[in-house]
Amino acid sequence: MGANHDDHHHAADPHGRALRLGIGGPVGSGKTALTAALCRTLGQSLRLGVVTNDIYTTEDADFLRKAGVLDPERIAAVQTGCCPHTAIRDDIAANLDAVETLEERFGPLDLVIVESGGDNLTATFSRGLADRQIFVLDVSGGDKVPRKGGPGVTTADLLVINKTDLAPMVGADLTVMSRDAAAVRDGRPVLFTSVREEPGAHAVATWVSGLVESWVRDHGHEPDHVPA
Amino acid sequence: MHAALLLLADSRLPAGGHGHSGGVEEAVRIGAIHDLPSLAAFLRGRLATTGLVTAALAAAACAYGSSASRTGWIRLNAEADARTSSPAQRDAGRTQGRLLLRTARRIWPSPALDVLAESLPQGAHHPVALGAVASAAGCVPGEAALAAAYTAVTGPATAAVRLLGLDPVAVHGLLAGLAPDLERIAATAPTDWEALPAHAAPALDLLAERHIRAELRLFVS
Ligand SMILES: Nc1nc2c(ncn2[C@@H]2O[C@H](COP(=O)(O)OP(=O)(O)O)[C@@H](O)[C@H]2O)c(=O)[nH]1
Ligand SMILES: [Mg+2]
Repeated sequence: MGANHDDHHHAADPHGRALRLGIGGPVGSGKTALTAALCRTLGQSLRLGVVTNDIYTTEDADFLRKAGVLDPERIAAVQTGCCPHTAIRDDIAANLDAVETLEERFGPLDLVIVESGGDNLTATFSRGLADRQIFVLDVSGGDKVPRKGGPGVTTADLLVINKTDLAPMVGADLTVMSRDAAAVRDGRPVLFTSVREEPGAHAVATWVSGLVESWVRDHGHEPDHVPA
Repeated sequence: MHAALLLLADSRLPAGGHGHSGGVEEAVRIGAIHDLPSLAAFLRGRLATTGLVTAALAAAACAYGSSASRTGWIRLNAEADARTSSPAQRDAGRTQGRLLLRTARRIWPSPALDVLAESLPQGAHHPVALGAVASAAGCVPGEAALAAAYTAVTGPATAAVRLLGLDPVAVHGLLAGLAPDLERIAATAPTDWEALPAHAAPALDLLAERHIRAELRLFVS
């Protein structure tokens, strides 16, 4: 959410730390699918780490591991004690610890993705944890959801509306969703995806690469070695 | 009483406490805790064993506080290790201690906390960290002991509310009933390392070991 340049994190790398990207949104909207897509598309060009907060233990981590998109060691699971919301906003200690542990073990990294456990429309990431955040909705929740707003929908740096392949089945009007989202988001971007039909989620990946590029520019991270 | 004690004991202190159930998640799974009376029995047992030991460790760490050296912290932490027979509990205790220190060093910066963090990079046990932090925050050993005993029962009680949907007011009633015990434990907690108690709780050890192997876990411990 907006700029957060007063960096009080301990950097694992003297050249600067990785960009921390939060991915939030309701249960089942496609956060894990999107995380996997980003790993698939960006894994060749960026040094990645992933922290998952799924309320069901290591389920998300297992999914990512099985998808074979990232070295399993680079995926850390955090248990949130039935409070997924608390772990990304009010008490971010366990998530910060997980992020920094990944950076210490595998750093320097370019991007660490933190996937929140599924929550409601009011869940957002603390700026102390995520430098930027994506909020993921899906069309099957109905085309009224963007209109309802809530801090996730209105203030996330990027709103992703996923499962467009299901729109005809559930009678969701994408034009309505697009118009309503634009109305509450004050110019911030919205992207429509179907991770099912396009497992690379390229539009989102391009947006994320742009973030990482400007992060490196502003924070002096050396983009020296890139995994083959 | 020092006001910083309230901050330290508050469950809203952003130090990762909400992720720990202190054995309650596993006890609920196997049916050992299923209602208010069974929770009350669990909390009394926890307070009389782990609670007593952690209170004494916290008091000792608080008393040691500002005069701290690397070797001293490592020795005191070894006392905590020796009193924690379950490896899963040792891990959970060190993780909680590490997170508490990470948070507290930003709130109450002090050379003693830096030395503690550097001596034990994997994390000091939670009561050791709590005592050190209490000292940095200006509290006295009895207050550190009170905070340790208090969190030894309030964290698990909250976990039971979340997992079983128990009436939160009734559960707080239980906690209020434990207040005299908390005060007695805090008042009698020794700060002398030779006098540290070593009450064991094999049931808690077993719960922790089962919990870490469970398929589904909502809590870290
Ligand atoms: N039809 C369809 N299903 C999807 C899409 N993206 C994800 N899913 C499915 O939706 C379910 C929930 O996705 P998941 O990524 O686990 O959601 P999360 O709870 O937000 O992490 C899974 O069964 C996914 O396979 C999509 O674009 N279209
Ligand atoms: Mg998920």
